[in-house]
Amino acid sequence: MARIATTRRVVASTIGAWFFGFLIFFPILWMMLTSFKTELEAFAIPPSFLFFHWTTENYATVQERSDYFHHAMNSIIIAGGSTLIALLIAIPAAWSMAFSPTKRTKDILLWMLSTKMMPPVGVLVPIYLIYKSFGLLDSRIGLVFILCLGNLPIVIWMLFTYFKEIPRDILEAARMDGATIGRELVYVLTPMAIPGLASTMLLNLILAWNEAFWTLNLSTSNAAPLTTFIASYSSPEGLFWAKLSAASTMAIAPILVLGWFSQKQLVRGLTFGAVK
Amino acid sequence: MKHILGAVCGASALLLAVPAMAETTLTIATVNNGDMIRMQGLTSEFTKNNPDITVKWVTLEENVLRQRVTTDIATKGGQFDVLTIGTYEVPIWAKKGWLVPLANLGSDYDVADLLPKIKDAVSVDGKLYAAPFYGESSMVMYRTDLFEKAGLKMPEKPTWDFVVDAARKLTDKSAGTYGICLRGKAGWGENMAFLSAMANSYGARWFDEKWQPQFNTPEWKATLTTYVNLMKEAGPPGASSNGFNENLALFNAGKCAMWIDATVAASFVTNPKDSKVADKVGFALAPNTGLGKNANWLWAWNLAIPAGSKKTEAAEKFIAWATSKDYTKLVASKDGWANVPPGTRTSLYQNPDYLKVAPFAKLTLASIDAADPNKPTVKPVPYVGVQYAAIPEFQGIGTQVGQQFSAALAGSMTVEAALTAAQSATEREMKRAGYIK
Repeated sequence: MARIATTRRVVASTIGAWFFGFLIFFPILWMMLTSFKTELEAFAIPPSFLFFHWTTENYATVQERSDYFHHAMNSIIIAGGSTLIALLIAIPAAWSMAFSPTKRTKDILLWMLSTKMMPPVGVLVPIYLIYKSFGLLDSRIGLVFILCLGNLPIVIWMLFTYFKEIPRDILEAARMDGATIGRELVYVLTPMAIPGLASTMLLNLILAWNEAFWTLNLSTSNAAPLTTFIASYSSPEGLFWAKLSAASTMAIAPILVLGWFSQKQLVRGLTFGAVK
Repeated sequence: MKHILGAVCGASALLLAVPAMAETTLTIATVNNGDMIRMQGLTSEFTKNNPDITVKWVTLEENVLRQRVTTDIATKGGQFDVLTIGTYEVPIWAKKGWLVPLANLGSDYDVADLLPKIKDAVSVDGKLYAAPFYGESSMVMYRTDLFEKAGLKMPEKPTWDFVVDAARKLTDKSAGTYGICLRGKAGWGENMAFLSAMANSYGARWFDEKWQPQFNTPEWKATLTTYVNLMKEAGPPGASSNGFNENLALFNAGKCAMWIDATVAASFVTNPKDSKVADKVGFALAPNTGLGKNANWLWAWNLAIPAGSKKTEAAEKFIAWATSKDYTKLVASKDGWANVPPGTRTSLYQNPDYLKVAPFAKLTLASIDAADPNKPTVKPVPYVGVQYAAIPEFQGIGTQVGQQFSAALAGSMTVEAALTAAQSATEREMKRAGYIK
């Protein structure tokens, strides 16, 4: 039975939602605020929230010291490239497993997931040696390849669950109406699969953008993406919190904006199935 | 479809292609410390005189850099031409043949001018395997205003008894002032750097002559008991997660009356741009217990050439430039004498211009001189290194022991339990590595 939405309940849940939303967003907000402080104010105790001397000098310093656009371009190529290739492989794989499963399908799915259970550092040296032999160290194509492999199990799993939710009855109904396979694909399946595809793509893009183990270990300068850009501002001896925050804000800005504009798709894809 | 395929192949080829260059490109890996950032900024001065060399920097956080560089050097990946490494790595890597000995630093390099203790730390069998870029020890930094107010006078060579007593007297928790700030964050280069040095002053040692771990000795118990009690009574809250940077922030904000840490911090705490207490800081040698060893460590960041590099000649040219006397002069002319990399050359400590602007210079030198990596402890030991034992296994063991000691500081474990756990963990690792049976 549906509960009646009284005004009080709506207000309470709205406040609650905003509160938790703010709580989750707070670290990012704090980082952004810190990036506009001076180094002295960045570690002031008690910390100042909004009433401090706002400055953009950190951004100027960061831009002067390192080439942001070089790193950002690498991030775009690596994250975008690995996502695209992962989707190209995963769509047919998930499709076949969802619509014509065999008795081994479940095992294959579990085996794929099991590859994610090993910590990446366990295979660092073998991968490094292979990359060295093939001349892939510090190359964008090498990073695209490794990130694609790393995220492939998740992409296949996500797509598999989306495709599985598309009821076969709908396909049968379409066939009864005389739809050919091509028409069935374009007019029946694709519209139902698109939210799932979009959210998988976005999630994979975010994962690849933030991936810090392989990108740090397999790149030096030519292929270095934004993760190495951030890492270069973290210091064991010296307080550069404001500069580090500025670098981090610049690094997450593109993906944050992308997430903002596509959040409707993202939420829809994550919560809605074909029939719900 | 053909077009797409062509485009993909073309793009891949572009991504893979390495532009052919007549000039040498050096890839230099370094940490994000102030002095290294300054070196990066001055690179153009080097390339101006060496137009055939271009320099690419890879700056990473210390632990990331260590992992990155170790992987590359162990697999002979050849990604780097110059590495920034610590005194811990130099002897281990040199013995493994991973580093190129520096024999051609030039006639005007003046190796004899390098501080003897630092030079020892980067040499193996009399051969220089790395050139020190900046060196540091540890010392006491204290607030002269708070000491005066409490009627205390810091001796030049304080004992632990004095430090403990003063810390108690200077603590005013209601005002948010703490008598002493010390490292507590677990890690071989974090709390264990401090605690190993402190243990040396208490007559303790990591291993005896036969590599038997020594955490079950009364010396270690005295060290850890003093440390934990002192921090409970006079330390800041949450000290078990404080490292160098956290303590620097506390000290600069005026929350600590004393801080025992790296000498390189002296230039940060006396810089009015970064510190609220810049004009109220005094310095003293790290404390002792009268046994002949002070609780100070010895560390240097050095530039070295990995055996996998194919550009050793250009790399050595760069190293000679960055660690030369002329480089010091160059920094002084651009950023002032207070900002030159400290702790590597005798001549710097005889330079009146430097001594005038660096009130901490005398004590930095005295602290470096007081640490002996070849004879770090009161009783004899089989290892080299003051706040570490230069064996490959130490990173892992040191961090494991550091976790136990950090837990003791946090109060989730007693001192006895922490020492027992440290002893059995170290014994296990040393057995596994074949040092003991």
